[in-house]
This record gives sequence, structure tokens and C-alpha cells, in this order.
Amino acid sequence: MYEAIAFYLFSALTIGLFLITVMSKNVLYAMTSLAAGMVLISGFFFILGADFLGVVQLIVYVGAVMALYSFAMMFFDATRDIKEKNTPAALIFLLGGLSALVLVLIFAGPIHSDAIQALYPMHEGVGNAQDVGIVLFTKYLVPFEVAAVMLLVAMIAGIILAGKKMDQSLTKDTSVDDADEILKQKDAK
Amino acid sequence: MEGLVYIALFAPFASSLFAALFGMTERKIFVGIVASTLLATSFIASAMLAFYVYGTGNAIHVTMMDWISAGDLHIPFGFIVDQVSVTMMVVVTLVSTIVHIYSIGYMDHDKSFNRFFSYLSAFVFSMMILVMSDNFAGLFIGWEGVGVCSWLLIGFWYHKPDVSREENPSISPSWAANEAFIMNRIADLGMLIGLFILYWNIGSLQYDKVFAAVPFLDGTVLNAAALALFIGAMGKSAQFPLHTWLTDAMEGPTPVSALIHAATMVTAGVFLVIRANPLFSLTPEVSYFIAALGTFVAFFAASMALVNRDLKRIIAFSTLSQLGYMFAAAGLGAYWIALFHLAAHAFFKALLFLGAGNVMHAMHDELDIFKMGGLKKVMKWTYLYMGIASLALAGIPFFAGFFSKDAIIETAWNEGTIVLWAILVITAGMTAFYSFRQVFLTFEGDERYKKYGIHPHEMYGYVLVAMSPLAILAMVAGFGMKSFEHFVTKLLPDYHMSEHTHHIAWFLGLVVLAFAVSGILLAYKKYYHGLKRDEQLENSWYYRLLANQYYIPVLYDEFIAKPYAMISNAMWTKVDMKIVDATVDGIAKFLYKTGDTSRKMQTGNLSNYLNWMAVGAVLLLVVAAISAAAIG
Amino acid sequence: MIGLTDYLIVSAILFSIGLMGVLRRRNLLMLFFATEVMLNAVNVAFAAISHYYNDLTGQMFAFFIIAIAASEVAVGLGILIVLYKKHGSLDLDDLASMRG
Repeated sequence: MYEAIAFYLFSALTIGLFLITVMSKNVLYAMTSLAAGMVLISGFFFILGADFLGVVQLIVYVGAVMALYSFAMMFFDATRDIKEKNTPAALIFLLGGLSALVLVLIFAGPIHSDAIQALYPMHEGVGNAQDVGIVLFTKYLVPFEVAAVMLLVAMIAGIILAGKKMDQSLTKDTSVDDADEILKQKDAK
Repeated sequence: MEGLVYIALFAPFASSLFAALFGMTERKIFVGIVASTLLATSFIASAMLAFYVYGTGNAIHVTMMDWISAGDLHIPFGFIVDQVSVTMMVVVTLVSTIVHIYSIGYMDHDKSFNRFFSYLSAFVFSMMILVMSDNFAGLFIGWEGVGVCSWLLIGFWYHKPDVSREENPSISPSWAANEAFIMNRIADLGMLIGLFILYWNIGSLQYDKVFAAVPFLDGTVLNAAALALFIGAMGKSAQFPLHTWLTDAMEGPTPVSALIHAATMVTAGVFLVIRANPLFSLTPEVSYFIAALGTFVAFFAASMALVNRDLKRIIAFSTLSQLGYMFAAAGLGAYWIALFHLAAHAFFKALLFLGAGNVMHAMHDELDIFKMGGLKKVMKWTYLYMGIASLALAGIPFFAGFFSKDAIIETAWNEGTIVLWAILVITAGMTAFYSFRQVFLTFEGDERYKKYGIHPHEMYGYVLVAMSPLAILAMVAGFGMKSFEHFVTKLLPDYHMSEHTHHIAWFLGLVVLAFAVSGILLAYKKYYHGLKRDEQLENSWYYRLLANQYYIPVLYDEFIAKPYAMISNAMWTKVDMKIVDATVDGIAKFLYKTGDTSRKMQTGNLSNYLNWMAVGAVLLLVVAAISAAAIG
Repeated sequence: MIGLTDYLIVSAILFSIGLMGVLRRRNLLMLFFATEVMLNAVNVAFAAISHYYNDLTGQMFAFFIIAIAASEVAVGLGILIVLYKKHGSLDLDDLASMRG
């Protein structure tokens, strides 16, 4: 019973919050509702018994990603309303509504198959975090490492793209013997 | 022996290719010499083959390679050298060699000298394929080849512009070339239909198979095939109504007229009838029609030659007339006589044309015999040659034409077709008259050319020497008739005169001789002492009818050529340009417009692209849902 | 009581909301928000399926999606900053330089 209440509450709130995210004209409101929605999503995960995933969602998404978005928002004037040109609202609602309808219809039908075999079945006595850990570091080790490299690359890319004076070399030796060169460089700066 | 066959066949081809290498350069005399030498090689090979066939009586059959081998259709490139084809080979190569040597002298001022030899040798090659082939398809290849080469050669001076019909009945060389080719093409339709009928009913186009199967075919089929093949022969040999191209073909250089329109190409039709004699023997109605048409053409052409003023045109009419004689003989069943007349005629007609070429060369291309006269003083040898040829043509005893023409006329009596006999005899008289009219007006009488400022001179010595074999043959060929009959009737059906005809043969011959001699005497009386113009005669309706070739070319122009041109023009502007081109252009325009419209999709706007992506995704979802529902 | 179907329906609705946002938004930053919504919806679906089939694969997938989404945000925002410096505006209609 508790599960049912939690499920309906969470789903109603999530849908409402995400609607605000996509419809609002104010950046601040959109971002705030996005963060809140993500917190509620992690609630979903906890209901579904995916503890580790829920925590990761909170840490990464709500903590890191929303922080990133907040920093990005600082570039822009938050008080000014986003002016958006008139898009044909009918088309968008039609597409969105149609896709929702179709997907719901697809999922509402009896699509469960009893022949599906679990590839990496969950183990009963073990906690979810341990379970995830075992599978992650044994079966999914290579994707894990590749994801780590990708994150490294993304970090470097982020630094280069956003940093100041990125056209100048960070490692080249700028010290010179001649005093005039130093003075010239000083003037250049 | 097989090597000789290939030499005889391909030496002209090599000559043509060799001359073609120099086609674009200026006159080089060795081109002519090499060409003539190669042609002489071909002649020697043909002569050796003739001796072999004469001696052993065997035919030589070679198959070079397969041409078409598709399902049931099997056509090889095969050649047969039997009595009939070797006769043609010798005639063709001999006359071609002499014409080649003649052309070295005749075309010496022409800047397309090399090109001329290329075309001429190519023609000889096509003719050799025609006569040497062992199946109807090969014959047709040669048939078309000589048509093309004839077109190339008639229109040799293609840069001469068109003039009106009053100025020149042939309008221009290119016009005449087109006329010749198109008329031949029209007749080729008949020939093709004949070939199709034969193949459809027999399953093969090889001569031996066809002639073996022909006696077993149905009468209507045979009649249809024979008639269709004869229509093809009508085009090539210029029988009525497809005869106008032959006289217009005189626009080409004189060696061309000598070779093609006297000795070789126009005899291809007769050769076809002789070759396919098993077929024609079985269709007496078609054969009678051939004979009747031939007789009519003989008379018809001779009538037009009586009043003509153009030197070469008179000789062209006489060719037409003699072709009629050959068809009369072939139609009446006397195939070997037709072949004999073909060979004899080739010699003296070629000699006549070459002599006319000498006169033209001397008179700076002037062709009107009313402007000539008295040329015997400066051109003795040409006078002699043309005299000999004309005597042969008129059928004076001991000359070649006497034996051959007389045999044909006797055949007409022998078959009981007295009407044909009478017409042929009258035509013989007319032939004698117009030949000697032409000779006397050109060489005897007053020297009318002087007031045009022309200074004629005799042709070069080597050319006259080259023409001599023809003159000798024109004199003595007749005496070989008996041995020729003995030789050729091993293959062709033997035709003997009945006993009754044999008894009165001397009388019949005397009748013909009387007509011929009276024709000569009439010409002598009128023209020997010079030209006396008779205005009243020249304006009378029958004179003008004959002079304008019975107005047939004008009729063809008005009722066939012009309407056809109008139809073609209408088809071009209304059908081709409006419908076909419009459709193709329409497709192109449609594609272009589609592209242009689709181009507007590239707005560069990310949101737009996302829209389209969502549309696509939703569409796929819908399709998936529907198909899942349909399956499930 | 709450079956897999219900979770999937919720996920579908959230996905459509995200899709609508992607189609509607003209500001690049807001576009990113909508993309995040879509990714989260998919994560919910994965977790639900994993729960109902007792399979850890779904959670693994969701885990990696989170990792990828994070790196995508990092790089995306970097590009956004460079774009803003170059063109002075984040409006999509102003950035349509690749016109056909």
C-alpha cells in the first residue's frame, strides 16, 4: 500500500515539475523545477529497490549536473524572460501528445514475456550496492573503464572550451635569457 | 586454294584501309599505285580461282568464322567460289583494277585523291563479299556495303551546292547520293522481307539448304519470297519505278560511274536473281513479271536516251536499258545467258564510261554533247575505244554484244513471248541509234567547242593502255560464249533453244541486225556532218516528254518527297518537340523543382531539425505499433 | 499492485514531456534541460524493468546513462559558452548559419 501511495505521489509531482521545466519562460524557475524533479526521480529508484542507482542519481545529477547548469546560468541575465518566437504550438502538442499516446498504448498492452531470462540476476540476501558492485567490476569492467576515460576527456574538453587565454600554451617554457625579451613580453601582456 | 579466296576477298579491303590512312592529306600518287596493285592482286587471285574451277569443276567452300549463333539461328561468314561467283569475281576485279589505274590519271587534279581510292576499294570489297558469300545474310551485308560506298562515291563532291532542277536534273551530288541511297533502302525493305520469309519457312539462310528446301515449300510462300527478293533487286538494279537514281548518280566522278553504275553494283540485282534461280524457276508468274518489267525498262530507258544531251546520262540510260535485257533473260529462265550478257556488258559499258571520262577530262567537265563535236581530230584513241564499245553495244556481229544480246532476243522468241521479242528488237534498234548519235555528235562534225574556248587534249598514255584490255574483251568476248555456257551450266540450269528456233535462228538474227544497222545509218545521216538543231522538233510534246524523263522525277518530288518532308517536319515540331522533348524536359523540371523545394528544408535552425526528427520518430512508433498489432 | 506497466506509462509520459520541451524551446540552455528530462525518463524505465525481471542489467544501463549524461553536460556547456562569446546570443534562430 505504501508503495502505491508513494508511486502515485512521486509520479504526479514529477510530471508536474517537468511540465514546469519545459513550459516556463523563466530560466530560474525551469532550473529549479528540473532539480526538484531529479530528486523525485531518485525517489522512484528507491521504490524500485535500486538503492545504489538512487544515490548515484542524487549525487551526480542533482549535485553535479545541476551545479553545472547553475554556473552556466550565471552567464546570462536570469531576471530577463526568455523571449521565444512563435512556434506552431499545435504541431508541438500534436507531436508530443501523439508520441505519448502511442507509447502509452504500446506499454499498456500486455507486453510481458515470460520467456525473458535475466542476464545478471539479482541475489536475495545481498544488498543492492554489493550486487551492483560485483556485476559492475566483473562483468562490466571494460565499459566502466571506458566511461572513466570518457569522463576524463569531457573534463579536459570542458576546461579548454571554457577557460580564458586558452590560445596560449600552458606548458611551453616562457622564460628567456634576454632581458629585453622579458620586457617585451611584459608589454605585450 | 583457300588462301587465294582470302587474298581475292581482302586485298581490296587492305587497299581501302591503306588509302584511308592518307584520307586527309593531299594527293599522293603512290596511294593510287598501291591501291591499283592490290586490286590487281585480287584480280590475279580471282583469275587463278577461275582457272581452278574451270579445270576441275569443283566449287571451293570456306567458312571463315561464325557470325551469329543464337538459338536456332546460325549464320557464319562463309564464302563459296563456284562457277557463278567466280565469273562475277573476275569481272568485278578486272574492271575495278582498270578503273583504279584510270582514276590515277582522271583524278589527278582533285584534292581528295586519297579519299577517292579508299572509297573505291571499299566498294570493291563490299561487292566481293556480295558475290562470294555463301548465304543470304552475307549477301545482304555486301548489298548494304555497296549501297553505302555508292552513296559515299556519288556524293564525293559533296560541297557542291544544290541547284534547281532546270539547271541540273540531279540538283547536286549530295542530293543524288541521298536519292540513290534512299531508293536502295526502300527496296531493301523488300529484300529483308524476302529473307525473313525464307528463314521463317526453311530455318536457314545458307544457299545450299535453302535451294534444297525450296521445292517443298508452298506456292504462295514461294511467290511471296521471290517477289520480295525481286523488289530488293529492283532497287539495286534500278528497275522502274526505282530507276531515277541511276541517271542522277552521274553526279559522281566518272570512274565511279564506270565501276559502279555499269559493271558491278547495278548488276547485283541480276546476280541475286541468277543466284536464287532455283527459287525463281519454281515461280513462273513472278519470273514472267520480271521478264516483262525488264523488257519494259529496256524500251523505256532507250526512249529517254534518244533525245538526251548529257554525255554520261545517255550512257546511264543505256545501262538501264541493258539491265532490262538481263532481267528479261533471267525472267525467261535463261540464267546463263543473263550472266554472259552481264559480263560482256560490264566490259563494253565500262569502256564507254571511261571513254566519256576522257572526253570530260579533255573538255574541262563539260558534258553537253551539243557543245562538242569533231573531237576525233585530237582524241583518236578515245574515239576508237568508244567506237568499239558502241559497236559492241549496238550488237554488230563479231563484237561481244552481238552474241549476248542476240541470245536474249532469241530466248524471248523461243519462249513464245512474241510481244517481248518485238519490244526487245525495237529497243535494239533504238540502242544502236542513240549510241551512234552520241558518238557522232561528240567526235564527228563541226568543232562546236571552239567557241567556248576549250582546248581538249588526249588522256595520258598509261590510262589509254590500261583501257585496252576492256577494248579487246569487248571485241573477242563473244567468241567465248560456247565455252562459257559449258562452264557455267554445271551450276546453272542449261537453257537450249528449241529445234524450231534453231532453224530460224539465222533469220531472227538478221531481223535484229537489220534494226541495229538501220539505227546506225539513221544516226549517221542525221549527225555525221554536224549538229543541225530543229527548234520545232525540240519543242514538240513528245520530245519534251522524253527529255524530261517522262516527268517522273518531278512527280516523285511533288507527290512523294514534298509530302513526306511535310510530314517529317510536322512530326518533328509537333510530336518530337512538343511531346517527347516536353516529357523528358518535364521529368527533369519536376526533379529540379522537387530538389528546389526540398532545399528549403535546410533552414540551419536546430529547432526545425528537432521537429523533423520528432516527426520521424513518432512516425516510426506508429508504424511499429500498427505492425505489432497486426501481427499480434 | 503497481505493475511494470504503470512504471512504463509514467516513463512514457515523462519522455513525451521532454520531447515537447525539445521541440518547443528556442533557447539552447533550455533545450538542454529538456534533454535531461528525456534521459531521466529513460532511466526510470530501465530501473523498473530491472526490478520486475530481477535483472541487474537495467540498472547497469541506467548507471552508464547517468555517466554519459554528466559528461555530455560538461562538454555541451563548454560549447555553449564559446557560442555565446562568439554570437552574443543563445537563441536558435540567430544561430541558423548553416542555411541550405
